[in-house]
Amino acid sequence: MSEKKRKKIKEEQFPQDPSRRSFLNKLWIGLGILALFEFALLVMAYLRPSKTGVKSGDSETIIEAGPVAKFHLDSVTAFIRGKFYLCRLEDGGFLAVSRKCTHLGCTVPWLDKEKRFACPCHASAFDIKGEVINPPAPRPLDLYRLFIENNMVKVDTGKRIKRSEFRAEQVVYAKKVQT
Amino acid sequence: MGKSRNGIDHQIGFIQSLFHSIFPGILRGVKDQERYRRYLNTFILHFRPRNVPSRTLRFTLTWGLGGMAVVLILMLFGTGVLLKFAYHPFPDKAYESILHLQHDIQFGQLIRNIHHWSANILLVVVFLHFLRVFFTGAFHPPRQFNWIIGLSFFLTVLLSNFTGYLLPWDQLSFWAITICTGMFDYIPGAGLWLQKMIRGGAEVGPSTLTNFYAIHTVILPAVIILFMPFHFWRVRKAGGLVIPRTPEEDNETRGEMVPSIPNLIVREIALALILIAFILVISVFFNAPLESKANPGLSPNPTKAPWYFLGFQEILLHFSPLIALFFIPVLMIIALVSIPYMHYPSNTAGVWFASSKGRRMAIGATAAALIATPIGILLDEYVVDFAVWIPGLSPVISQGLIPLGIVLVGFYGFYLLLKPRYHANKNETVQVVFCFFLTAFIILTITGIWFRGSGMRLSWP
Ligand code: HEM
Ligand code: HEM
Ligand code: FES
Repeated sequence: MSEKKRKKIKEEQFPQDPSRRSFLNKLWIGLGILALFEFALLVMAYLRPSKTGVKSGDSETIIEAGPVAKFHLDSVTAFIRGKFYLCRLEDGGFLAVSRKCTHLGCTVPWLDKEKRFACPCHASAFDIKGEVINPPAPRPLDLYRLFIENNMVKVDTGKRIKRSEFRAEQVVYAKKVQT
Repeated sequence: MGKSRNGIDHQIGFIQSLFHSIFPGILRGVKDQERYRRYLNTFILHFRPRNVPSRTLRFTLTWGLGGMAVVLILMLFGTGVLLKFAYHPFPDKAYESILHLQHDIQFGQLIRNIHHWSANILLVVVFLHFLRVFFTGAFHPPRQFNWIIGLSFFLTVLLSNFTGYLLPWDQLSFWAITICTGMFDYIPGAGLWLQKMIRGGAEVGPSTLTNFYAIHTVILPAVIILFMPFHFWRVRKAGGLVIPRTPEEDNETRGEMVPSIPNLIVREIALALILIAFILVISVFFNAPLESKANPGLSPNPTKAPWYFLGFQEILLHFSPLIALFFIPVLMIIALVSIPYMHYPSNTAGVWFASSKGRRMAIGATAAALIATPIGILLDEYVVDFAVWIPGLSPVISQGLIPLGIVLVGFYGFYLLLKPRYHANKNETVQVVFCFFLTAFIILTITGIWFRGSGMRLSWP
């Protein structure tokens, strides 16, 4: 049976106003698409990574690194639990840098002899301030917020701060000059 | 005495009638056996054609590659389901469950090896199938859309491999997935969102493992189960495979038809058995790798993506991330998808390499890429450094657009050199481009697998 003939028979069997028919058809299709869309949204919302409930600034994310005097000038101390390095620069300033390479996310070890962070994955290297000294890493190591209260160094590990370059304001100093 | 004998008779009678209720008539003579054979055959004919052109049975048309892919997928499903019984998808248990599987469960190591080798060989087989489809021109109408289905299928198989890679939760898998998902950082727009979605959080962790496990053992298998009949149905709809022919022969001549039972079926079964035996032998002698348990605090040196992504990782070493991880893959996908939809002067379905001129040109392009790619890699590694030569440029230009431009200009020059000599038509030109970039990609992958050592510096294997 040809397509035309079939259509004709159909129309004879169900005589209907064609415009109304096509309107209803479109309505059904529209509603169907809407339902699919809603369903997709629902699935997305369900799959979205849930917040753990821990926010930056909560006491749980703040790590007490230790008294200021404990850290030698020009030294780097690793904090495994907080996933960061505490760097004390030559002028006594502090930085808390993330251990995550900004290239693709490998963990960078600090090489004390060579005085640099060297990524084992694709050979990026960073200096003590986290600045790139060897690409492919595109930007300096991320920072965590660091503050000094009563001569105690504390680091808020709740939020990683991206930076495009090293700037002097990023360094935190103890209030009084240490002796 | 007589009584108990009666009892045994009774039992035998019962077993016999049970047997006959399951296989009615099977032991009742030659005629019935003939009838049951016919039933089996008609059952087979539900999914295989009744007759096939005898020329498509030639091994050198398909090289059995599509069939091998099917067998490997079936083996993956079988062993995968078995692995599910032993495997625990939690970071503190996954690695231990693999150890337990290997040491304490009978044949556990063997099952894991079969899954591992089938998965890796499947990628090679599908890739070769893709090449044979391309070089026999089997993407011309009416097979255009089946090429697209095939590409999606390829992607699914890649993702299956990738999601499976994380599951053992050793150093190899943890860091490979970390750097591969780290690549999403560089995709503009939705990249970070996608990365978070895939990892189930900011970093690779417990949620990542749950996600990958669900995707690997439920979602992708379901997709594969849907794709397979779709792919085969389109082969049938196109009237079977392309007929292998010389360029002069007419596209329409089908030649002699032969019944697929036994001609096709016996070939398929033989191939399947040989392949299964091969996988078993490999799995007995070579164990799937397992390094020490994943340690987020210590990246091994070097850290590499799974081998099938090392071509991209190698590109990433030479180009800035935005180019390497976004523009080049997008260009690749667009090129592959549009292959069947370009307007070609002739339908070369069934002709290897489109024409004899096409064959010579394809060899030329492959040779050119074979020479040019290693030279390019060495130059970029030891000599060229635009970031130093022209200071002040953004890396997107110095490590991205300039090298990319050089590659494209170099290739275009090569093309201009060849063009007047061959008067290539569009079929042959597309094939030349395909051969050149394909060979380059293979060489990049090989470099990534064997010639990148500690710190990702070039080194001997
Ligand atoms: C897991 C992946 C795949 C499986 C299991 C599979 C399976 C098959 C099988 C069994 C055939 C019959 C003929 C033969 O063995 O060559 C076939 C044909 C075909 N495949 Fe695939 N295939 C896969 C992937 C692909 C890919 C990646 C492409 C291309 C991009 C593709 C495109 C085609 C086309 C166009 C045909 C028809 C060939 C012809 O008519 O001669 N397939 N496939
Ligand atoms: C195309 C199909 C499939 C591919 C390409 C594939 C690939 C892989 C790969 C590469 C691994 C890692 C094995 C290793 O080297 O350590 C793996 C592991 C695993 N796969 Fe699959 N797989 C497939 C189908 C399935 C199916 C259907 C299931 C179950 C329903 C499954 C369950 C598993 C499990 C439980 C593991 C963890 C065990 C282990 O790592 O050895 N897979 N798969
Ligand atoms: S991840 Fe550190 S250099 Fe690539």
